[in-house]
Amino acid sequence: MPEPESSFLRQFYNCSILRHGKILKEDLWVRNGLIVDPEKIFYDEKIMPDERINCHDALISPGFIDLQINGGFGVDFSNDIDTVEEGVNKVAKKLLTYGVTSFCPTLVTSPPETYRKVLPKIKKRNGGSHGATVLGVHVEGPFISITKKGAHPEEYIRNFENGFRSLTDMYSSLENICYVTLAPEIPNALSVISELCKKDIKISVGHSVANLSDGEEAVKHGATFITHLFNAMLPFHHRDPGLVGLLTSKRIPTEKIIYYGIIADGIHTHPAALRIAHRTHPEGLVLVTDAIAALGLKEGVYRLGQYDIEVRDERAYIAGTETLCGSTAEMSHCVRFFREATGCSIVEALEAATLHPARALEIDSRKGVLNFNAEADFVMLDEALGVLSTWIAGKCVYTKNNNYVIEL
Amino acid sequence: MRLVICDTVDYVSEWSAKYVLKRIKDFQPNENKYFVLGLPTGGTPLGMYKKLIEYHKAGKISFKYIKTFNMDEYVDLPRDHPESYHYYMYNNFFKHIDIDPKNVHILDGNAPDLMQECNEFERKIKEAGGIELFIGGIGPDGHIAFNEPGSSLASRTRVKTLAQDTLEANARFFGNDINKVPKQALTVGVGTVMDAKEVMILITGSHKAFALYKAIEEGVNHMWTVSAFQQHPRTLIICDEDATLELRVKTVKYFKALSAVHHKLIEEDGDAIPRRPLHDVQNESMGNSQ
Repeated sequence: MPEPESSFLRQFYNCSILRHGKILKEDLWVRNGLIVDPEKIFYDEKIMPDERINCHDALISPGFIDLQINGGFGVDFSNDIDTVEEGVNKVAKKLLTYGVTSFCPTLVTSPPETYRKVLPKIKKRNGGSHGATVLGVHVEGPFISITKKGAHPEEYIRNFENGFRSLTDMYSSLENICYVTLAPEIPNALSVISELCKKDIKISVGHSVANLSDGEEAVKHGATFITHLFNAMLPFHHRDPGLVGLLTSKRIPTEKIIYYGIIADGIHTHPAALRIAHRTHPEGLVLVTDAIAALGLKEGVYRLGQYDIEVRDERAYIAGTETLCGSTAEMSHCVRFFREATGCSIVEALEAATLHPARALEIDSRKGVLNFNAEADFVMLDEALGVLSTWIAGKCVYTKNNNYVIEL
Repeated sequence: MRLVICDTVDYVSEWSAKYVLKRIKDFQPNENKYFVLGLPTGGTPLGMYKKLIEYHKAGKISFKYIKTFNMDEYVDLPRDHPESYHYYMYNNFFKHIDIDPKNVHILDGNAPDLMQECNEFERKIKEAGGIELFIGGIGPDGHIAFNEPGSSLASRTRVKTLAQDTLEANARFFGNDINKVPKQALTVGVGTVMDAKEVMILITGSHKAFALYKAIEEGVNHMWTVSAFQQHPRTLIICDEDATLELRVKTVKYFKALSAVHHKLIEEDGDAIPRRPLHDVQNESMGNSQ
């Protein structure tokens, strides 16, 4: 494939594309890394494409966006401190095989030194053949509830004793952070949320014992997301539905959509619970993998943050215990599992991994969609939603079979 | 004039598409010899475009050496409006075929100088060597392109103010709000279409039966502009059964009797003038001499 110039015009044909909530029998046109309007080019510029790519009836979806991923392929972002840049590179590259074109490397509760060392090294950067786009770091903790610590090490969990100062002291720099997961019931959490909002950092509530009104207050102060719904929060109770109740709360501004991450790996969330979430609040559903170092690896013992973890029967446990500590599922699997479990449409399943996370991050004008002028990050899928190839800024960065016939 | 009566609307689409296919193939266009087509919009030709796309995808026809000129376009309607003819042509035809956009000509209803736009259009048709085959549809009032009743039969490409009837009929395409319907259009004239080497007009549905009757059974009249084509040396009208409802039985029977001849027009090795095999002719003449 020749290296295209900025004016190089590509037409992908023999395909269906996901656009405006529909699967359309349309061609996709790309130039200079962006999706372009072929009708406008036809009449204004009167030019033909430089290259036509036969997609052989593939379905083209926006590339998948994973807002919560702790590592993979033996790499653990929270633990491999000295080699974190290489680690992020490795994961970013390998994620392309799963159709993921953007992700938020996620750090679990860690000591302050870890944040000080690691955060400056995980810079936001554009994707390409080197790997998926890094949207920013998701810091999950340490401002969480000890009771709902999950796989987070208790000794590093903190409160906001000094308000926002506690947070800046802990992370040292906020520059590379795009998401903070915190427990809203911690004293001073609401003022911290307001401060983070001013800095354009998204707030997710989770690892929490918050009741519904704590959750509603957090949302009113600017929280927009719930971290891995059902996991590490109070179970749904009919007199106090807890954070789960945010999905149907009437006490939050009506124009505001609450997004929630959900791990549709078939293990962390029961299919019935997936259905409950999907049916009550489909437009807020965001598929996340919460994958750990064991993603892409065989059974065995690995390192996650401060713990040894063990992968057996396709599940990841804290070694020697029955505590689940993150998934080993990849995103395209989650999309397929979610669709099967809920019986939702292909559009809904794909949007939960594309449009919804992009909206949650307010980047849906350029990512998570195949609209004109959006970035040409996309994935070609077969009928069973298996990944055939992955494209970033209009360039092929992964292909399963190398079977794209190029016609000039 | 030829009148081809098809049993169904679908067959009108197929017949007309096959005829276009045949004409282009026989013409053998190449980089030095472009085939120039005049094209209509609207509901009637949709099926023909679908068929042509089908033939293209099956590898039966390329549009690489074809130039097109469209009949008309609304004035001051955004080009990407779903009712604009630019939108129609791109989405129903051009995007599915291999035509070079440089060879496509549609009047620009947003041009700063509309008169000049029309004159340029006429000039470009001449420059392309004239139109080889102009395809058109008609309205129930017998208008061809936007040449509504009363248009001069010698008219050329121009700005046309649309009749109240037309605005009312078109309101359904603009959210049933007559104020949103463009009040002017650019259109080729009757004379412009008359200059084409051949004209093929598609007429379907009982609501157009009266117009078909006016087109072929009565005299040339500017109140039914399609009737002008009685004076064109090569006019082909393709209609369905419903469109013949106002014709005389005699007229219908006359043209149906010619259907075998008409069918030759679209056969791959068909010839428009059927001849008897040579030995039949020779045998007859030998018999006569004895």
